[in-house]
Amino acid sequence: MSDTHRAIDAVWRIEQAKLIASLTRFTRDIGQAEELAQEALLTALEQWPKSGIPEKPGAWLMTAAKNRAIDKIRKAKLADSKHAEIGRSRDAEQEEALEALDAALDDTIGDDLLRLIFISCHPVLSTEARTALTLRLIGGLTTEEIARAFLQTETTIAQRIVRAKRTLAEKQVAYELPRGAELLARRDSVLMVLYLIFNEGYAATQGDDWMRPQLCEEALRLGRILAGLMPEESEVHGLVALMEIQASRLNARSGPDGEPILLLDQDRALWDQLLIRRGLAALARAEALDPELGRYGLQAAIVACHARAAKASDTDWGRIAALYDIMAAREASPVVELNRAVAHSMRSGPQAGLDLVDALVGEETLKNYHLLPSVRGDFLMKLGRHAEAEAEFRHAAALTQNARERSLLLRRADACRHS
Amino acid sequence: MKVMVIVKANKDTEAGIMPTTEELAAMGNYNEELVKAGIMLAGDGLHPSSKGKRVKFTKAEPKVTDGPFAETKELIAGFWMWRVKSMAEAVEWVKRCPMSDGVELEIRQVFEADDFGEAFTPELRAQEERLMSEAHKLAKS
Repeated sequence: MSDTHRAIDAVWRIEQAKLIASLTRFTRDIGQAEELAQEALLTALEQWPKSGIPEKPGAWLMTAAKNRAIDKIRKAKLADSKHAEIGRSRDAEQEEALEALDAALDDTIGDDLLRLIFISCHPVLSTEARTALTLRLIGGLTTEEIARAFLQTETTIAQRIVRAKRTLAEKQVAYELPRGAELLARRDSVLMVLYLIFNEGYAATQGDDWMRPQLCEEALRLGRILAGLMPEESEVHGLVALMEIQASRLNARSGPDGEPILLLDQDRALWDQLLIRRGLAALARAEALDPELGRYGLQAAIVACHARAAKASDTDWGRIAALYDIMAAREASPVVELNRAVAHSMRSGPQAGLDLVDALVGEETLKNYHLLPSVRGDFLMKLGRHAEAEAEFRHAAALTQNARERSLLLRRADACRHS
Repeated sequence: MKVMVIVKANKDTEAGIMPTTEELAAMGNYNEELVKAGIMLAGDGLHPSSKGKRVKFTKAEPKVTDGPFAETKELIAGFWMWRVKSMAEAVEWVKRCPMSDGVELEIRQVFEADDFGEAFTPELRAQEERLMSEAHKLAKS
């Protein structure tokens, strides 16, 4: 790749989401908007190597896309000229649209980008479709990159994106910012998609790939963008805080051979202090906007307790247990209960944890969840009930999908046998 | 990749001349753009070197010198930390910075464990991590 091509690539990464967002205001169809933006990119690829990169490359691309749009309108008009009546109303509509596009050129781009994010995460789409579309349109990832990240074929992802665009067009999804109660629901869908992207990279449940850490970074970047666009929303800052603090531990989470290292055993010197600082600042913003915190804010408050502790033994388990109590009271979920049990065991001893966890044993949703026997085994081991602990660890090892986790669990089972 | 963008010092920054209101506003807008693009991790400006110190290591005691330091071109006046996808992206962003004539910015990639590539074997990494943790313990004791 030549320097100019690398530069065009960089300009594209910076500008494409804003371009598509502004063009969507004009076309009312993200598929068409993306096409126009890509045609503008092609023009740039043709001209910039000869003319050099323009001083304002974003505005240049926008003008190029706009000219393409006008061409298309002229052609459409020509085809429509027989239908004078329709033509007249279309004329007026297109005039308005062109004015809107002009305004978009000068106006702040923020609202357009926010609209595009909201559309990409629209609840009429499946979760997979929302994720792919968001990474493609807002993140600017290629189909190939998305496919690698999700361990899918390129064709699968390409089809998913095409279908998503078709669904949005068919359901005539409004290109407006939702208001009131709908805004909350739609915002939650955006947050869910971002956190899902983050976790896909963070959890790496099935093998590993170089794209996965990039998913974490991409989710973080999108979260930071969203926080800039919705600075008054506590939960947005809450999610950013959660992701920043979790990302701070990326380098400490696995050993030299890739085996997972549990939070309390991690070398805290490897935690990224810059990200921790950013996370704590984002959490403070979330708390200032809503002292009660939402679900992401609460999770961020919990991970912040770990981030603040210089040594594992400094951890404020009382606060963590209290935060889980709040969380469990708001939305009862077996997974939250399991975490709550761990927090209480750390504060008041393994018996307290075991009492809480035993209440979950019959829970249908946790039947195949390896962390239930794994956590229960841990409590039993600490209580000196080694035979029961061993059985739980072996059960957990049989349930997990992750090979490294399985070997860790089997090691713990062996340790129980020998003690 | 993580990059540090270094703002070189000049006569004005060394003399402690504060930017004009317009310059501050332009820089504020630029910083906001960086934040909204989701790439800015940190950034700060530095006081002139007259408020700084240098510590030179010799065989004997480390020797401390008070600022200001003469070679203005080698001094820095501020920095940003960005997370970008490529060096080209960092260059694109730097080009958009509202700096006056003659100011020089420098972009340097920050080392991260993965940058060592194949040469940085798991064993070396483990050693590096041990060293880091030792250093950390020493720093605390």
